[in-house]
Amino acid sequence: MLSSDASVNMLDAIREAFGVLTMGTNTLRLLGGLWVTVWIALVSVAFSIVLGFLFGMLMTVKNRVVKTVCRIYLEFMRIMPQMVLLFLAYYGLTRMFSISLSGEAASILVFTLWGTAEMGDLVRGALESVPNHQYESGRAIGLTERQIFFYIIIPQTLRPLLPLSMNLITRMIKTTSLVVFVGVIEVVKIGQQIIEANRLTVPTASIAVYFVIFMMYFFVCWILSLAARAVERSQKR
Amino acid sequence: MDFSFIKQVTPMYKEAAFLTLHLALIGILLSLLLGLACALVKYYRIPVLKRIVGAYIELSRNTPLLIQLFFLYFAFPRMGIKLSSVQCAIIGLTFLGGSYMEETFRSALESVSKVQIESAQCIGLTPRQVTQYVILPQAFSVSIPGFCANVMFMIKETSVFSAVALADLMYVAKDLIGLYYKTEESLLLLCIAYFILLLPISLIAGFAERRLRYAQFGR
Repeated sequence: MLSSDASVNMLDAIREAFGVLTMGTNTLRLLGGLWVTVWIALVSVAFSIVLGFLFGMLMTVKNRVVKTVCRIYLEFMRIMPQMVLLFLAYYGLTRMFSISLSGEAASILVFTLWGTAEMGDLVRGALESVPNHQYESGRAIGLTERQIFFYIIIPQTLRPLLPLSMNLITRMIKTTSLVVFVGVIEVVKIGQQIIEANRLTVPTASIAVYFVIFMMYFFVCWILSLAARAVERSQKR
Repeated sequence: MDFSFIKQVTPMYKEAAFLTLHLALIGILLSLLLGLACALVKYYRIPVLKRIVGAYIELSRNTPLLIQLFFLYFAFPRMGIKLSSVQCAIIGLTFLGGSYMEETFRSALESVSKVQIESAQCIGLTPRQVTQYVILPQAFSVSIPGFCANVMFMIKETSVFSAVALADLMYVAKDLIGLYYKTEESLLLLCIAYFILLLPISLIAGFAERRLRYAQFGR
């Protein structure tokens, strides 16, 4: 008896909660918040693909010093949780160097630096996987080193890099959920505002709001990972 | 730099680091079991369970831990399920880590070549023996580098636990910045703490990867 009562209450709570989404422009506001997150991720990815390519090429240089510096940078970016990096950029930079960045700028900076390291490592792997005879054949038919790089090596690295960098974008979007901690008004913050605004009338609003945010992230990332998988499969054939 | 302040607050970081490590260890252990179970379901293609596991993996891999935690911590109590922050953290981390572990283990299981299994069947091993003596030992060594990467990833992810009011490293740092405005010292200690936690694992992972490559290709 008791348990069926509880489940009825639960269903009521859920039904009531989802009413919040149809009030005013709440759903649209949440979607707008999602766009802020995705936008930060996309801008950072664009930067990190360009910089990551340079960083990856730098890592294949046979100079000991260059190699060590790159290694240290990569390890640092890998070891520090992104949240710590965000705090360093948002609070640390301001205090230590008096560079006051907005939340968005700090997030883009951090995700670009992190993405460059990750992308660089992927590029390095792709560059190293090109067999030596490709360079030698290029030389044999009389291409300059520059031509070999642009017409032979780069096209071959782009193919395996495509699905990998798509996965990186998914990771980036997931990680950008942290930007709420440096004061960016994105989907979680807007969700919290909606919950607070309805605290007295609809106390169960948090169920619907967090469920919708969860699903929004899921669909964005899921579509990207499905696309990455499809690309991978079509390349294997 | 205020070194007396650093000396004063180091014990707080130590305590927080132990809490982080403690929760991470429980989460890793549980997700190890969950991941192994899911990987076996996927590997042996068990009819209905396969679909459930598939859905779980997609859900867990494509959502951030922060949102999972918020859902557990703020939405569940409204539905009548009250969870403490420690319970939330462990459930969240296990939910997230399980799918990562599954992927590592499944790809390791699939890396055991068919010839191995067929040879084992030829010499008359039972299916159970094949799993126990042929597939699992080989898959285990292949999965070590991926496992280390997952452990590192999961410890890093614990940094969002402060969002559900757990006094982990991030929380202590945030608190000290807010209370004393000693931003540099707090952030420095935070970085050092994560380095101490994660650098050994990173080194072990690198070593394991090199050993594995040596074992597989002999170079």
